[in-house]
Amino acid sequence: MKYMLIMRDSQEAFEASKEIDFEEIINAMGAYNDSMTKAGVLAEAQGLAPAEDGFVVDFAGEKPIVTDGPYGETHELFNGFWIIEVSSKEEAIEWASRAPLGPGTKLEVREIPSFEATFADYADNEYVKKGIAEGL
Amino acid sequence: MSDIRRTVDAVWRIEGARIVATLARLTRDLGLAEDLAQEAIVDALSQWPESGVPQNAGAWLTAVAKRKAIDSWRRRERLDERYRTMARDLSEATDDEWQPIDDDVVRLVFTSCHPVLSRESQVALTLRVVAGLTTEEIARLLLVPIATVQQRIVRAKRTLSAAHVPFESPDPSEWTSRLAAVLGVVYLVFTEGYAATSGDRWIRTELANEAVRLGRVLAGLLPREPEVHGLLALMELQASRFAARVAPDGSPILLGDQDRSHWDRPRIERGRAALALSDELGRGRGSYAVQAAIAECHATAPSVGETDWERIVVLYEVLGRIAPSPVVELNRAVAISMATGPANALLIVDRLVSEGALRGSHLLPSVRGELLTRLGRVAEARAELFTAADLAGNERESAVLRAKATAL
Repeated sequence: MKYMLIMRDSQEAFEASKEIDFEEIINAMGAYNDSMTKAGVLAEAQGLAPAEDGFVVDFAGEKPIVTDGPYGETHELFNGFWIIEVSSKEEAIEWASRAPLGPGTKLEVREIPSFEATFADYADNEYVKKGIAEGL
Repeated sequence: MSDIRRTVDAVWRIEGARIVATLARLTRDLGLAEDLAQEAIVDALSQWPESGVPQNAGAWLTAVAKRKAIDSWRRRERLDERYRTMARDLSEATDDEWQPIDDDVVRLVFTSCHPVLSRESQVALTLRVVAGLTTEEIARLLLVPIATVQQRIVRAKRTLSAAHVPFESPDPSEWTSRLAAVLGVVYLVFTEGYAATSGDRWIRTELANEAVRLGRVLAGLLPREPEVHGLLALMELQASRFAARVAPDGSPILLGDQDRSHWDRPRIERGRAALALSDELGRGRGSYAVQAAIAECHATAPSVGETDWERIVVLYEVLGRIAPSPVVELNRAVAISMATGPANALLIVDRLVSEGALRGSHLLPSVRGELLTRLGRVAEARAELFTAADLAGNERESAVLRAKATAL
């Protein structure tokens, strides 16, 4: 089973993290990632560039509207993710709970179901076949 | 299953190897370490629903298990001075914070795959203490009753104890052969899952994935061993063909007939990366890395016709030198038939026949039948294919061979 661990920081947490020695953060994150690599569960991990460098594309109107980040009403910012391959939901909970994160930060954990399972009722669709073939 | 049971299983899955490895170092007895860990789990199942799951569950289980060891030794110290010493040593050790070390897990891997154990016991014990599976999960994956798995683990622990196997990594003089035994166990788990066309396809895939996960664990523990990466590469590359190798009716599809668009690209890339890591260590390729390189040739070829068969022939020659076997020779013959035509290949196959190799297997007559077909020697080809059909153990394979013979 694959799960995505989505890191969501509040603006306060993001500001607070600037006070902490960055090397400490690197070491804690490095050790966490190492432990998952050694357990054979880590598939991918990525951090994202600051939200103010990002932009939002809104489809509310006739034409998509592009707005620069950070995203006005959002209270939590998506700042990075891990993808892990584990054997149960409980194992995903265990790994997520070990992330070296503090107050103001949440991990949203979502299963990435196999393409085959998601589109079981559309198995004849060409894109679904292609997706399965590509290991999605 | 209760929530707490599932949580405990998850903790075991993640921490089991390090818990048992730490306990085995302290008690110098892997069997005892596993027993103690089991008892600690029983305690967790009864206490955690009340107390909640401790912050560091692995440390909790290890501490409880250690206490149990000390208590049992104290009870026996009147009988034997040795236990008093062991209990005292262990009490002193308990004060340390639980800091599992990789070396202990390495020892655990080598001990679980120790040559005094039968292959079945090595597999069961490795899945239990290294992969952190429950006996129920192991039974389901290996398609055997739970009692059988329990028996194999009990027997493994008794054998280790009877042979006084030390909880140690092998000496340099034994290192290569002992490492080969470890890799052999992991690859056996993989092939059990990969080769079986019977049984629930998903369960078999799960077993093969378990082997890949073990391969990744080994790569983390022994990053300087080229064959560890070679094995991981081989497993990833072979597993990339999972979806393409069985038809909807369950019959096997041979490599040449597989729809290559169904091969798992991310897996192929992971396999190639692992092979590159093995090569970067600069100590040459072992048999797993060479097999991975052959699998890589297939994985990167757009079709059978566009495959670099000459390169595959060379790789089989190398494999024949490192790990000679009639099956490798036969595969080399098939590669030669693709690279330079069936006549040269037939010479190799005929030599294998005259040596009496692979007697009783359908492999030799089925390849010989194919080659004769391509050479236009129809009557001989038909006879070989019928012989192969009679020898094939698998009904579906037998039917395919019979159909080929009849169609000639």
